Amino acid sequence: MTLTAEVARSQGALRTFLHGLPGVDQVGAEQRAAMLGTRSIKTTAKAQALDLAIRMVDLTTLEGSDTPGKVRALCAKAVRPDPADATCPSAAAICVYPAMIQVAAEALRGTGVHLASVATAFPSGQAPLSVKLADTRAAVADGADEIDMVISRGAFLAGRYAEVHDEIAAVKEACGDAHLKVILETGELATLDNVRRASWLAMLAGADFIKTSTGKVQPAATLPVTLVMLEAVRDFRAETGRIIGVKPAGGIRTAKDAIKYLVLVNETAGPDWLDPDLFRFGASTLLNDLLMQRTKLATGRYSGPDYFTLD
Amino acid sequence: MDFSYAPAPESRSIVDIRSSYGLFIGGKFVDGRGEPFKSINPASEEILADIACADAADVDAAVRAARHAYDTVWGPMPGRERAKYLFRIARIIQERSRELAVLESLDNGKPIRESRDVDLPLVAAHFFYYAGWADKLPYAGFGPAPRPLGVAGQVIPWNFPLMMLAWKIAPALAAGNTVVLKPAETTPLTALLFAEICRQADLPPGVVNIITGAGETGRLLVEHPGVDKVAFTGSTEVGRAIAKAVSGTDKRLTLELGGKAANIVFDDAALDQAVEGVVNGIFFNQGHVCCAGSRLLLQESVAEEFLAALKRRMAHLRVGDPLDKNTDVGAINSAAQLARIRELSRVGEDEGAERWSAPCELPERGFWFAPTIFTGVTQAHRIAREEIFGPVLSVLTFRTPDEAVEKANNTPYGLSAGVWTEKGSRILSIADRLRAGVVWANTFNKFDPASPFGGYKESGYGREGGRHGLEAYLEH
Repeated sequence: MTLTAEVARSQGALRTFLHGLPGVDQVGAEQRAAMLGTRSIKTTAKAQALDLAIRMVDLTTLEGSDTPGKVRALCAKAVRPDPADATCPSAAAICVYPAMIQVAAEALRGTGVHLASVATAFPSGQAPLSVKLADTRAAVADGADEIDMVISRGAFLAGRYAEVHDEIAAVKEACGDAHLKVILETGELATLDNVRRASWLAMLAGADFIKTSTGKVQPAATLPVTLVMLEAVRDFRAETGRIIGVKPAGGIRTAKDAIKYLVLVNETAGPDWLDPDLFRFGASTLLNDLLMQRTKLATGRYSGPDYFTLD
Repeated sequence: MDFSYAPAPESRSIVDIRSSYGLFIGGKFVDGRGEPFKSINPASEEILADIACADAADVDAAVRAARHAYDTVWGPMPGRERAKYLFRIARIIQERSRELAVLESLDNGKPIRESRDVDLPLVAAHFFYYAGWADKLPYAGFGPAPRPLGVAGQVIPWNFPLMMLAWKIAPALAAGNTVVLKPAETTPLTALLFAEICRQADLPPGVVNIITGAGETGRLLVEHPGVDKVAFTGSTEVGRAIAKAVSGTDKRLTLELGGKAANIVFDDAALDQAVEGVVNGIFFNQGHVCCAGSRLLLQESVAEEFLAALKRRMAHLRVGDPLDKNTDVGAINSAAQLARIRELSRVGEDEGAERWSAPCELPERGFWFAPTIFTGVTQAHRIAREEIFGPVLSVLTFRTPDEAVEKANNTPYGLSAGVWTEKGSRILSIADRLRAGVVWANTFNKFDPASPFGGYKESGYGREGGRHGLEAYLEH
């Protein structure tokens, strides 16, 4: 029996496995993340990092006020982030609410930019499973090729791991060929021990990506949380051979922050993860700062925010 | 994708290194009467400056200057006035910290990340801390009217040149003593820049005197009859000689000597953080740390997994130019130290331990040694008993907590130890039984000016830091 099947066989087996994972010392994890934050990435390394970060952005709008016009503008931005510079790469994906998928699918057709939709009663996840699955199926049917689901934090915190596991597995099945990103909402899990357990739980249940946050809860993505998730995907690969992606989302606004995350990836999970298929940033304002820094590096001067499109 | 970090060197233009330095005696730089020597950059073997050497007459002049300042200015000065000078020195150190950090890395070989983020903040903190004590000595627990001892002769090592200076000078001055300090011959430059800072702070002449030279100058200083108090940090061998020289005199003595610390990892430890802690414990400052966690004691049930993780982590260590902001491990301080590390590593191999070094390219010039671990080490191996004082970790295993404690304590040293477990009760019970001056739990190499530091057994006696650190400089 594979590890995945063996552990998932019962609530008791899941609990024993998750509670048997090594603990995380918060002080030590924060210190490691802070130390990696002091890496100085300059010149050629910075140029490489900025382009990679742009290619990793899931350009996101998740507002009640989203309209087709807003979503079309964002799609155009994702495809050609810097209209003045043809060498600037596209973003990885657009991330929208399910109601906006058809508009986005139309705008992105043939561009190679992925279309992600949140689903499963995002952001709280407080809906019956049948509704969550219907939400997921509809999103895939409308053209989303990536689904960002939320876990039931209530069930997780209450120790009902099998329930969380089975729900993720069911959503994964409903996804079909679409990639599944599982949002742990680490701001509500509170401890790094929980972050490690939830990461393993999601991976065991079939996640293609594990994602920190919805962006609706503070704190959203942090370096220590992402460090623990990167350790989890690294260890999961060593254990099972399967390689899972990581997506920090929310609160990453500057190029400097994004580069800190790339250093964290490089020195924790390793260079294999420096790939838009395995690492993403869930962000909106980040993209313009990346573009601004990219132009600064190429031309030697800052152009100011008016020279970059606001979408 | 390969993400290689472009060089990110810290500029050395912030610091002016003079071509030659004299001795700092009575507030002035004067020529030495001994044969001058050179201080070099261990990362490149480039000569940094000519350094004066103090002979017997120079040492005598320095001690007299200190005595005069003690009798006429510093001794009689109220504590609240002394505090002002110490606070001023602390602030100037902060203001000039980048300059001091660059100079420290150039002269010592340690990475700029450490001199900038660890050494200099601790140096300033130490002066701030003891500045606060200067006017509160009657409340330090050493009687209602503790008195200074007089002139302190202080000899410090090359591994943390400026930090060791701070550990020595700050409490001595706060307590009302004056000092003659001798930095190590391979790393005198930051002490000489500190002399300039004393002048910038208008510290009265003679309160701090800095004399440079090799072992002979140090011997002349500790044996000088005008010295009331000797403080030494360095090797156990030299510490023994000093203890002999001082015996039979009324000099007070504190010694902070070698170590062979055990870092004990239990199978319920937070593994990723324990790996970080072990790496920090032995590769911080190239392992040139008296309290380095140079013996890793691994519980057998987790040994294989831990070693794999440790090697994976060590492969990420960036060895090279100390002034590059991304360097983790810098240069070995001297050719002599490199020879000693190589010799003991060869002995380790000859005795049958298995050697593994992190894959890294070492620069051609300068003194370099790749981060290295030895597995299959037993208590009988020399590399498990002798202080290597380099980036070399000896890995031993244990089965039970009792065995871990027994092995950890089975050393002539007793400076520090580390315990890694997520179980709080185990931390307390193990720490109680370890014969070490400092026991770190789920961390390593953490220092704070408020925390006393010092050893058991051959690691020395006396404490530095905290309220306890004042006692060595007070009569009560």
